[in-house]
This record gives sequence, structure tokens and C-alpha cells, in this order.
Amino acid sequence: MTERAQMSEPAQMTEPAMELRGVSVNFGSVRALQDIDIKVYPGEVHCLLGDNGAGKSTLIKVLSGVYRPSKGEILVDGKTVTFRSPRDAQELGVATVFQDLGMISLMSITRNFFLGREPTKSSLPFSRIDKERANTIARQAMADIGIDVRDPTQAVGTLSGGERQSVAIARAVHFGARVLILDEPTSALGVHQAAMVLKFIIEARMRGLAVIFISHNIHHAYPVGDTFTLLNRGRNRGTYAKSDISRDEVISIMSGGEDLKAVEAEIAGLLAQIGSRPPAAP
Amino acid sequence: MAVVEDKAIPPGELKATDRFGMTSKRAAGADERLASTGKLTQWLRRPEAGAAGGLLATIIIFALLPGAANLYSLQGSMTFLTLSAELGIVATAAALLIIAGEFDLSVGSMVGFAGVVIGLTVKYWGLPLWGGIACAFAVAILTGYLNGLIVVKTRLPSFIVTLATLYILRGLSIGITRAVTGRTQIPYILEGVPDPATAGIFNGHLLTGLFHWMGAQGWIGTRSDGIPFVAGIPMSIVWWLGPTALAGYVLTQTKYGNWIFATGGDLIAARNVGVPVDRVKISLFVYTACAATLLATIQVMEAGSADTTRGLLKEFEAIIAAVIGGVLLTGGYGTVYGVLFGALIFGLVQMGIFYTGIDTDWFKVFLGIVILMAVLVNNYIRLKALGRGGGK
Ligand SMILES: Nc1ncnc2c1ncn2[C@@H]1O[C@H](COP(=O)(O)OP(=O)(O)OP(=O)(O)O)[C@@H](O)[C@H]1O
Ligand SMILES: [Mg+2]
Repeated sequence: MTERAQMSEPAQMTEPAMELRGVSVNFGSVRALQDIDIKVYPGEVHCLLGDNGAGKSTLIKVLSGVYRPSKGEILVDGKTVTFRSPRDAQELGVATVFQDLGMISLMSITRNFFLGREPTKSSLPFSRIDKERANTIARQAMADIGIDVRDPTQAVGTLSGGERQSVAIARAVHFGARVLILDEPTSALGVHQAAMVLKFIIEARMRGLAVIFISHNIHHAYPVGDTFTLLNRGRNRGTYAKSDISRDEVISIMSGGEDLKAVEAEIAGLLAQIGSRPPAAP
Repeated sequence: MAVVEDKAIPPGELKATDRFGMTSKRAAGADERLASTGKLTQWLRRPEAGAAGGLLATIIIFALLPGAANLYSLQGSMTFLTLSAELGIVATAAALLIIAGEFDLSVGSMVGFAGVVIGLTVKYWGLPLWGGIACAFAVAILTGYLNGLIVVKTRLPSFIVTLATLYILRGLSIGITRAVTGRTQIPYILEGVPDPATAGIFNGHLLTGLFHWMGAQGWIGTRSDGIPFVAGIPMSIVWWLGPTALAGYVLTQTKYGNWIFATGGDLIAARNVGVPVDRVKISLFVYTACAATLLATIQVMEAGSADTTRGLLKEFEAIIAAVIGGVLLTGGYGTVYGVLFGALIFGLVQMGIFYTGIDTDWFKVFLGIVILMAVLVNNYIRLKALGRGGGK
């Protein structure tokens, strides 16, 4: 891709909903993130692009309070915050769909949906969970995303991969108040459900949420993204507004700078080899 | 991109099937994919189903063996119920902890140590009985808290951490008792401590009036002075069923119960969605230590003495009762009602073997077989619950 002026600010000059300044994360000797600066604005869909292992998931885990940065600071609405646990981040309105979903397979859809934020009938310490309300809301939230739940008390472990992903997304969309983070949320989804998720992303953006969206699928990332941040080997290689970056450039970043044409040619060659050989006898 | 086609088709024109014979989700009525499950199947899928079946089988087996009349007499029943209660008190707590994904191997030693604390503080420090009991619970809370804190902070397996506590507490019990009294027992604790009200809370009987009346009617056996052999329902049974019912409510109906399942089901996922997993675990370690202390208090009040060997192997019996009761050893699944059945099986078999006159050595063999069967049944049921295994 071509060299450009760094950090073209997005159109709206409001304060970022969330910001990382000089954040580094080390796992022992592994430097997963180095000196990351990133700003996400309300009403903006911010796509994180990068190869496998680039550090995308690590970055969003810092934003969600899962990892504490080894260095640097996190700001919410311009104020420095310390997340001691994911709960702290949630209380500031950050909702995340993690790449590994964070579902508990032996528990029901509803119990997973409301986990950590169970609606209770009163505020007494050991008050009953309002199961009816929880079931209704969970079923409705799933229906909104295009999954028709047979039985909200069904164990999540019995759902299909895409259904499980939908529960995680519905949960984040339902609870996200300020920042919605989606780490490859569409990877297991059918055409219809993926489209619904994109619709949700746009709706969340219109409601003024900051959305962080990670996807390896150009058809998902490019249409909804307003801003694109390129991560490579744990470093931020630049943030671009959509007007400053073309679809083909995004594709080239997503493939980690590898020449896709060469790989395609190689595949074509292999297929030709197979075609010239008779299939193995049954 | 794929256009969101949701609004494209007016609802009225929605066809139930297209030319591929597919059913549109929105046009479909009642979900035909949901095979109707009968009441029986639903019941069999409950985690305590195996234990309930096992209990029924045990009751029937002993009813057919000699000694059944004694075993199932009022007196015999109270005896095995008391045995079940003594195990059940700690097993319920152990079960919640196992569901949250941890073990506490120190409960047995805690029983012994708490008894020693009551004995020494009352007999040698001159504390009132309630003061000694309060001291024991304070020690329990501290022990449970430390167990939990070490497990949570170091992320070492609780199996190892509490194994260390097991030895430390047992060693302390014997060491301190021997240093103070020169023996390993503290007898006559209640002598000269006139506090029948406090003692009665733990070793008294409930419904004594009713039992006395039944004795007077000649419905239940009485001694020559007219006092019935069974004075009432022993408090240990109350201390077993009460907290079990409460634990059952908390586990299935409350937020905290949801967090217990989640913590044991998937620790990282639970933490990532905001469950305070460390607090859940620490509080449950405190609960197991307190349950052990409750049992110790009951035993001290009943026997009037403390013994440093009390509670030996209770940790394993508690785990066994939990496993028989359908609690998954790997965490995240189980009920306290199953554990109640597990404790009942345990008490029944122990007394049943005594009354049938079978050599009690066989108790262990029987127990081993029951454990193995319970694990197999539970494993099968869990796979069923997840809809896997066994096809239909
Ligand atoms: N807990 C951990 N301990 C050690 N190393 C880690 C840990 N988590 C991530 N890493 C390393 O940090 C790097 C970045 O990982 P990360 O999961 O953020 O990548 P990613 O960009 O999300 O990749 P993908 O597209 O495959 O999801 C990887 O090299 C990974 O091995
Ligand atoms: Mg990732």
C-alpha cells in the first residue's frame, strides 16, 4: 500500500469514547502489543485489521479489562481509568464479543445471556432471578438477530456454532451502552445472520456507540467501517478514514501484505495437478 | 456486501416454502425441530435422577435383607438419618464448591480442629459455651478465607492447597491439644458450663411434645418411665435440611447461584463477562469451613468432648456424596438435592450393613461399587443433558 499522512482524524471532532495511549502488553517474553495509540469515537465503526497473531484480540482484551497493560494508559471519555477486572469495563458501558465467545456450555441460553447482569426481582442480597423476564428478553434479542430460539433454557453447548455466536452478539448488543467490541463475530454465521449483525453494527453506530469490529472478511469489514486501524506484529501501522483507503488496500492489509495473486496462482497449479491425475480408487 | 434483505419481502407475500422446499424461519409456525420430550425423559435428565434411583434401589435392597424391621423402625431411621445428616451438612457445602470448580480437602481436619477450639476455649480459657463456638466459627472463616485466597491468587489446584491445610489443621489439633492437656482428647467440656440453651440448639430435639404425645398414645416405643426412645427430631437433621434447602434456593434461583455454575463451568469465560469469580470461590471456601465447624459443634455438644481425630476422611465422604448426587467433579453442573440423596444412601448403607449383620468390612466394597455406578450414570446423564451421546 502507498505511504500516506498518518492518523487522519475522523470527521467528527468530539472526544474519543475510548482511547489507548502508549499501551504495551507482554506475556512473559512475548511482546503481543507495543506502544499502541488508538482512539475510538462515538458514532464510529472502527475496524481493526491485521494478520493472524497481529495482536487484535489482545488489544480488545485490554479495552475490555481482561488484560492489564504492562505499560501505557486507558482513557474513557478523556479520563484515565484502571480496569481491575472485565466487570469494571462493563460498568463503564463496554460490551465485548470475544473471539472464543465466552459462553458456558453447560448453562442455558438465558443464563448465559444475563450472566453477570441477572435481572432480579428486588435488590435484596439473595433475591430471585426474574426468569420469566430474562427468558422473554433473551428470546426477543435472539429473534432480532434472526435466530429463532427453540427453548431459551436449552444448554448453550447444544447449539450450533453460529447460534452460539449469535447469543454472544445479542448479549453484547443488548448490554453495550458506550462501546461495542466484536472480535470476529461473523466467522461462523450464515449469510442471513451475518447481514443481521452488520445491520446491528450500523444501528449501534447510529445510536452513538463506538463500535470496534474485527473481521477477516472484506465483505463484512469494508462496507460498515468508518475507520481502519492496521495492526502488524503488535504495532499500530496507521489509522485511516475510509475516504483515505481503498477496498483493495484493505484487502492487501488483511492478507498481511502477502501477494494474494501468487498464492492464487499456486493453488491453481495444485488444482491442475489433481485434475490431471485420476481420483484414487474407492 | 450482502444486502440486508429483511425488508425486501412484504410480510404478506412470505411463502412458507420456496422451490427448494425450505421453510423460512419467519413463516414457520411451531418449531417442528423440537421433538416433544415426555415428562419422564425430562425428569430423567435432571442431575439428581441417578441418585434418586440409587436411593430407591438401596431402600428396596435393605428392605429385603434381614434386619429390615430394625433398620426401618423409628429408632433405626433416626439413627441412619443422623448419620446422613452429619455427612450431608458438609457434603452440601462441598458440592457447591465442586460446582464452582474447586475442592476442599481440609473439611475433615477442620471438623477436628473446630472441636478442639471449642474444647480449649471453653475448658481452659473459661469462655462461655457460645463464646467458644463463636471462636471456632471465627477460625473457620479465617481458614476458609486463606484457603480461597491462596487458590485464587496462586492459581494452584485447590486439591494441593487444601491438602496442605488438611495436614496443617490436623497437626495443629493434635499438637495444641497434647501441649495443653497432655492427651489427644478434651473430655467433659460441658461439665460446669451450664448453658443448656446453646447446647440445645445443636444437640436438642425438635417436636419433643409431639413425640411425647405419640409415646403416651402407645404409637411409638417408650422407656419404662414413659419417655419415648426417640425424643424428637434431632437438631442435626434440622441443621442438614435447613441449609440444604437454602443452598438449593441460592444455587438455582439467585444471581450468586448463577455465578457458582459459571465459575465452575468456564472460569475465564465467566470472568470475562464480569462474574466476580474470585469472590465466588473464596466465599465458598469459607462456607465449607463453616459447615465443617457446624458439624464439629454438633458433635461436641452431643459427645460432651472433643477428639483430635474427629472428621477423619469426612472430606472424601463429602466428595463421594456429592458425586453420587450427580455433581460433576469437573465443575459447572449439579444440584444440592442430589447430594441430599447421596448422603441418605451413605447413611442408609452404613446402618443397613450394621443391622443386617453383614461384616462391616463389606461396607467399603459396597461403597466403591456405588461410587463407580454413580459416576457412570452421571456421565451418561450429563451427555444426555447436552443432547449428545446415545443418539435419541
Ligand atoms: N495469553 C497469552 N500468552 C502468551 N502469548 C499470547 C497470549 N495471548 C496472545 N498471545 C500472543 O500474542 C500474539 C497476538 O495474539 P492475538 O490473539 O492478539 O492475535 P490476533 O490478531 O487476534 O490473531 P487472530 O486473527 O488469529 O485472532 C500472538 O503471537 C499470540 O501468540
Ligand atoms: Mg484474535
